[in-house]
Amino acid sequence: MIIDALPPGIILILGALLIPATSGIVRTIVVTGLPLIVAWLVWQVPDGAAITAPFLDYQLTIVRGEAVGRVFATVFALMSFAGGVFALRQATVLEITAAYVYAGSAIGVAMAGDLITVFVFWEIMAVGSTLVIWAAGTEASYRASMRYAAMHLFGGVVLMVGVIGYVQTTGSVDFVLMTPHDFATWMILIGFLINAGAPPFSAWLPDAYPEASPSGAVFLSAFTTKTAVYVLIQGFAGTEFLIYVGLYMACYGIIYALLENDMRRILAYSIINQVGFMICGIGIGTEMALNGATAHAFTHIVYKALLLMSAGSVLYMTNKRKCTDLGGLFQSMPLTCICGIIGAMAISSFPLTSGFISKSMISQAAADQHLTFAWFMLMAASAGVFLHAGIKFPWFVFFQKDSGLRPPDPPGNMRFSLILFAFLCIALGVYPDPLYAILPYAVDYVPYTVDHVVKMLQLLLFSGLAFFIMLPSMKRTLTISLDIDWFYRKLGTTIAIRLVNNCSQVRDAVENLARGRLNALLAVVSRHHGPESLMARSHTASSMVMWVAVLLAVYLLIYFI
Amino acid sequence: MNRTEMHWLRRPKTIRKLWHWGLGLLAATALLDLVVHGHAYFGVDGTFGFYSWYGLLTCVAMVVIAKVLGIFLKQGDDYYDN
Repeated sequence: MIIDALPPGIILILGALLIPATSGIVRTIVVTGLPLIVAWLVWQVPDGAAITAPFLDYQLTIVRGEAVGRVFATVFALMSFAGGVFALRQATVLEITAAYVYAGSAIGVAMAGDLITVFVFWEIMAVGSTLVIWAAGTEASYRASMRYAAMHLFGGVVLMVGVIGYVQTTGSVDFVLMTPHDFATWMILIGFLINAGAPPFSAWLPDAYPEASPSGAVFLSAFTTKTAVYVLIQGFAGTEFLIYVGLYMACYGIIYALLENDMRRILAYSIINQVGFMICGIGIGTEMALNGATAHAFTHIVYKALLLMSAGSVLYMTNKRKCTDLGGLFQSMPLTCICGIIGAMAISSFPLTSGFISKSMISQAAADQHLTFAWFMLMAASAGVFLHAGIKFPWFVFFQKDSGLRPPDPPGNMRFSLILFAFLCIALGVYPDPLYAILPYAVDYVPYTVDHVVKMLQLLLFSGLAFFIMLPSMKRTLTISLDIDWFYRKLGTTIAIRLVNNCSQVRDAVENLARGRLNALLAVVSRHHGPESLMARSHTASSMVMWVAVLLAVYLLIYFI
Repeated sequence: MNRTEMHWLRRPKTIRKLWHWGLGLLAATALLDLVVHGHAYFGVDGTFGFYSWYGLLTCVAMVVIAKVLGIFLKQGDDYYDN
């Protein structure tokens, strides 16, 4: 047993449990201070196994110091801070507590050195995130949280099967690079991919996240999918199959976001699109690609949270979430609008924003490896990001028609988080060196070349032109788009209801038949043996005397014959 | 709402101007290919105006694909509530 550091994830989880016991200024200090302390602790963990403990016959590495994990743990802590401030005055205590437990377990995964520890934190994450959705307190959020929990518990079981199989075959619990070559490793990979929102299990994300509270969705956008990206980098970097999974996700996110009317669901689909870029990078697996996936996860958490804070502010101030009900809000919510646009520019990888310095590493890696198909798809998807999230979100929420709504910008704590993350999006875009310095491999990449800036501007501006050319055919409708979840939300329930109905009909028929036969039998019995029937009739004494006399007469007659 | 109260960004004149400036900017960025010659990895990506037409066409294609899929996938937003 070694203890060389304090466990940052566990400290955040335990600290979160203090939040309900506090109030007023103390709660403000706990909520804002905890993530900062945890971020500091992450950097106090030395390289290699820092905390180990024996469990059954195995040696668990509960905390491991390692480059990729540190980047993820740092951004998770940063995210908890901004999310905590954003939620501080408006969210319920349950939500903030659950969100911090959720963040702590995500950090736990990012610093875990063995598969059992990964699995334990993985499951705490599922519980924490379910509670965050549930904390919104509406009927819709309750139902969504139950569907979400079912999907993640299923994913957890798949992962557990894989881990047990892996430990059986290799005899080791260490979380190291694997290749999916047997049942156990495939199960682990599938368990990870379910949390990443990979097909066919993507629908849980746009189903559940938009049902959370305005601040709940901000927390949710950050941890589950990015923890999955982290474990895929550690466990399955270079697995070629992931390139195609990633490309599919990048395109899926765009197509569904284009069809969507709910502003936060548009952003939820774009999470899948962005995670697609990262998973594609993991599949490519070169140092450049893995640096790109790691850096992109970092910048993505920041700008996606910013976008969801912007959407959350609109939802909080107007209580409306559909593009058809919104529009023209730039007039009364200038700060929310500008921060939303900065987030939208960053997700689209505009030069001078954080997306530009991270995503381009992934496409550069595809170009370096001469992955023609992947590169052309990534370029198309990059253009599509601007289309579905970069313009569509700000356009339909803050511009387009005038909805007549004139809400002011949100309260101070929400504005603080918006400004902080908007600043970070630009700061990382202008000065990427601090981020590049903590990436797992030495960065041999210069984002700002004239050539790269010009090409990216051409790609993005012309996709912007496409948006405005196609605008008439993108008129928002009061619709949702069916997804794979149709099979369990509609087909499955319809079959179950039919089955129940049909079974009851069969049972009724059998029962009726049996009842009919039984009644017939009873009728026969009661005809002969029932009251007043032949066999049960009572007789008077005189008639009995007469019958005795008759019998005697018959007897005498027979005797004489 | 009458015209004097209208936010400047919503006035038809501003919108017309924005279109003109926007199209001018697009032309200028596309023409930058005349002076900027980058490294081409796949051949076609080094040709004149590749990023411009590729961005435009793929986006139009994605909107069209979404539109077609929408025919099959779109349902009223109370679909699952019923």
